[in-house]
Amino acid sequence: MIAALIVVLPFAGALLGLLLSRYPHGRSPAENLAANKRAAWFGVVPTALSAALIGWLAWENTPSTNVLTVIDTGGISITVGLEVTELSVLTAMLVGVVALAVQVYSVGYMRGESRYPSFSAFISLFTSAMLLVVFAADLMVLYVGWEIMGLCSYLLVGHWWEERANSRAAIKAFLVTRLGDVGFLFGIFVLGFAADSFRISDILAADIPQSTLVLATLLLLAGVAGKSAQVPLHTWLPDAMAGPTPISALIHAATMVAAGIFVVARLYVLFPQPTLDVLGVAAAIGMLGAALAAFAQNDLKRVLAYSTISQLAYMAAALAGGARDAAVFHLVTHGAFKALLFLCAGAVIHHVGSNLLHHMGGLRRSMPVTFWTMTIGYAALIGLPPASGFFSKDAILYGLERSTSPIQLLLYGSALLTVGVTGAYATRAWLMTFFGTGKIQALPEPAPGTAHIFDGREAPPSMLWPLGVLAVPALLLGFTDVGEFHLAPAVTALVVALLGAAFVYVVWRGSPERDPARLLGAFRDPCEQAFYVDRLYAALFVRPVLALARGVVRTDDGVVDGAVRGSGRATVGLSGLLRHLQNGNAQLYVTGVLAGVLLIAVGAVMLG
Amino acid sequence: MSVLLVVLLAVPLLGAAALLVPGPLGKAAVRFGILVSGVVFAVSVAAASVFDYADAGSIQGNVDFAWIPGLGVRFHLGIDGISLPLVVLTALLTLLCFVYLAGHEPERAREFVFALLLLELGMLGTFLSLDLLLFFVFFEVVLIPMYFVIAIWGGPGRRAAAYKFILYTLLGSAVLLVGLLFVWAQTGTLDMVRLAAEHPMSRSAQILAFVAIGLGLAVKTPMWPLHTWLPDAHTEAPTVGSVLLAGVLLKMGTYGFARVAIPILPEGAAAVAPWLGALAVVGIVYGALACLAQRDLKRLIAYSSVGHMGFVLLGFATLTPVGINAALYGNVAHGLITGLLFFLVGALKERHGTADLDQLGSGLLGRLPYVGSLLTFACVASLGLPGLAGFWGEMLALQGAYEPAAGLPRPLFLTFMVIGGLGAVLTAAYFLVMLSKVTHGPWGGPGPGLKDATRVELTAWVPLVVLILVFGLWPSALLGLTTPAVQSLLGVP
Repeated sequence: MIAALIVVLPFAGALLGLLLSRYPHGRSPAENLAANKRAAWFGVVPTALSAALIGWLAWENTPSTNVLTVIDTGGISITVGLEVTELSVLTAMLVGVVALAVQVYSVGYMRGESRYPSFSAFISLFTSAMLLVVFAADLMVLYVGWEIMGLCSYLLVGHWWEERANSRAAIKAFLVTRLGDVGFLFGIFVLGFAADSFRISDILAADIPQSTLVLATLLLLAGVAGKSAQVPLHTWLPDAMAGPTPISALIHAATMVAAGIFVVARLYVLFPQPTLDVLGVAAAIGMLGAALAAFAQNDLKRVLAYSTISQLAYMAAALAGGARDAAVFHLVTHGAFKALLFLCAGAVIHHVGSNLLHHMGGLRRSMPVTFWTMTIGYAALIGLPPASGFFSKDAILYGLERSTSPIQLLLYGSALLTVGVTGAYATRAWLMTFFGTGKIQALPEPAPGTAHIFDGREAPPSMLWPLGVLAVPALLLGFTDVGEFHLAPAVTALVVALLGAAFVYVVWRGSPERDPARLLGAFRDPCEQAFYVDRLYAALFVRPVLALARGVVRTDDGVVDGAVRGSGRATVGLSGLLRHLQNGNAQLYVTGVLAGVLLIAVGAVMLG
Repeated sequence: MSVLLVVLLAVPLLGAAALLVPGPLGKAAVRFGILVSGVVFAVSVAAASVFDYADAGSIQGNVDFAWIPGLGVRFHLGIDGISLPLVVLTALLTLLCFVYLAGHEPERAREFVFALLLLELGMLGTFLSLDLLLFFVFFEVVLIPMYFVIAIWGGPGRRAAAYKFILYTLLGSAVLLVGLLFVWAQTGTLDMVRLAAEHPMSRSAQILAFVAIGLGLAVKTPMWPLHTWLPDAHTEAPTVGSVLLAGVLLKMGTYGFARVAIPILPEGAAAVAPWLGALAVVGIVYGALACLAQRDLKRLIAYSSVGHMGFVLLGFATLTPVGINAALYGNVAHGLITGLLFFLVGALKERHGTADLDQLGSGLLGRLPYVGSLLTFACVASLGLPGLAGFWGEMLALQGAYEPAAGLPRPLFLTFMVIGGLGAVLTAAYFLVMLSKVTHGPWGGPGPGLKDATRVELTAWVPLVVLILVFGLWPSALLGLTTPAVQSLLGVP
């Protein structure tokens, strides 16, 4: 019951926000302000209530299942129900807290935006969908939430739709994930038909042959790779940074992209070794590649986006290596510190009026709160004690060290290397943002797609409070699982990370004006372009499909419809021939009649 | 119930007849149309409320008396879980069309209302009749008023489009009639209920009859490659014509599969199903690709219908309860969603004077926020987003193809499923690209003088939006109705 309320509350908030914020429908500045105020209430209050209820569920800590109704489809029926498990409460907690922080933050970030009402309503809708995924007791219900999240991502990435690039990014985000989701749906079919039920508990309990499981889970992986931005379907995430920063924090860092990892963890017992190996290889490639790409990016949000891909690959690697709990642990800590990092980045971008690291520098004095909270976020990302990331990364490395997976060496090696690169790129971004000399140039008028430029020293309180609130779990969450701490991998990781960081620091110290990314040398361009995967896909898929589409239109007009028109012309032509017989000449008619009579007579004689 | 069914047909007929009485009518014609179609809608709702949902699988409200005794044709009406949703949908869409007309007074309003009422009579009759020849008669009654709607109130190329429409569909109907008469010659009865219960025909005769009837219905549906009348007709038809054409007329073809072809000729259906499925998935991908390169918004929506009807036909081709459920769901959902889409595109065309994607300009969400948002909503519904009506039809059709009826080649249908799934991605692609062109981007094109959605327009559109949401979030509303009917149709316990 409580779970249902948790899911429905933000949904109701979204509906109310969409329908009632603008009532009565004026568009003057004063009315816009009133609408935004109302929308803020519709956005914040239901999410807060939902988060509180999740807290209650966590405190109560009793697994339960509630079935609302069973939909008889004529085939395998769909159970509309919610299931509260330990994993779901933990993930829901993350979703609730981050969503609330983002809603509050957006009030300040989007101040004066005429489209804030729809923005906050879509965040609420997203929150509801994500919670539905988390609590769903049935794979079909899960799929419903899963796809609605994709839609929200599309709508929110394209929030500043005046800019063509944002619109393209939104389409890309939706289509790439949808491509994966088709596989996901088919995976659900395979599992559902094998277990004769779409209910997760039935499927987990069913006795399904190994080969079926391999097929089903590989299909599921397609959806997981799409949503969690894993290789080879990762390309949408960096572009999705075109959306407003709160969205990047909520959807593209903390929650939606974690949904893929969540689903694997939820159905973990179904995943056989071959599937896990595939997941592991993708993760090993993805984590290092994305970390290198992050090192070369000039756009702060893209740095964080590639970092997200890399960190999600950590979780995937942990899952592949058999360390499910470590993966979930990292999912939660990463959700907290990456949301924090994005919100801090939003504050910085707000202040500077640009996303580019080149335009930043020396901000630590003018933005002290942001500086300290973001430092906590980076510390957690690098894995410095005592921040949360230190513990969760340690758990993953420990798990990979001990893994019995056939690709254990690949996973462990890649993870350790990535720790070093992570230290490097995080340090680079940190130094270029907050140290050195300030280069802020006040732009006269912000271009659409960039935030407003503030002349004040710090972001407004509605933006700072969420930073403070998120900094606490980002810093302290690690201690909740301190019993699982292992010294040896922690020291190894710490040394590697510090090496990476120190290297960048030394290079930067040499000439603070220049970008430490020059370290990469000739390798820099491929890294900045993320190894040209986008161009490859455009050449392999996008352009051929468009060419095919033009071909179809030509064929439709020329061949399919041409045949129709042709048959029409042929009919007219034939009747034109016949028309010559009916030319009104009586002599011809009489001749015809006589010829007929003659023929009949001859026939009668011959045959008779 | 029986009385209601007769009233359902009598009201539009009498309404049309009343318009024949000469006299000045002026603006009252449309109001008269709203009144009559409102009554029809009320009657259909009444029929839905007295409908016995516990027994949705069997025919209710039988009306059965001899009509042409010499030929054994009977005036046989009835309603069950398959036809009830379509009847209500028809009555609703017709009413909404009249409401829309109230804000867009057509020229020669009296004739227009007359044509629409006749159209409604034919559509309702098709969904209610249980006699093969009666079915055919109503099926044909629809063509004439639609021809005039396109030919008189259509766009600049209306003449050619109307000719193509009537000749093409008449040709299809001729084949359909041959098939129906063949059934009659083989069995000596035209009673659908009896034929569906007894299947007295031999396998080869069934195949022959199925091909003929199926071809006739496929023209109407339309199935690839018999679809080329549709884009022209849609592009030239006036808005309400397009709405009814997509919303109801196409459904008559698919309804024929559910009511006539599959239950009466099960063995024929089993033999032809792989072909039907193949043409269906070709239609899905072909329609989507055609949309991707389309320049005219109305043509685009028309081709999207080809794709969506592909999903419906794929559902039928699986011959499973879930597949046929999917087809029936897809039918209703497509009626609501594409009806809404054509309303919106019509509104755009009326404001901009063109439906050409390049001339419509960009940034619609800024210039006309209501129309833009509703267009986004309708497109998202049409691409099959879960939680909106379009999803269930597509998903269940694919599910049906995953495990088709016993005796059908499973690997083939698995291939269909995969192609259909990719078609769904392409569907999303063309809708999003179109939305990006039209609704996103800098505010361009015709200036701020254009009016956003008017009150009348919203009155016509909001019911569709609500229903799309309701059927998306609560699929049992429809599945609960069709499942028993489908099970009794397929003889599954």
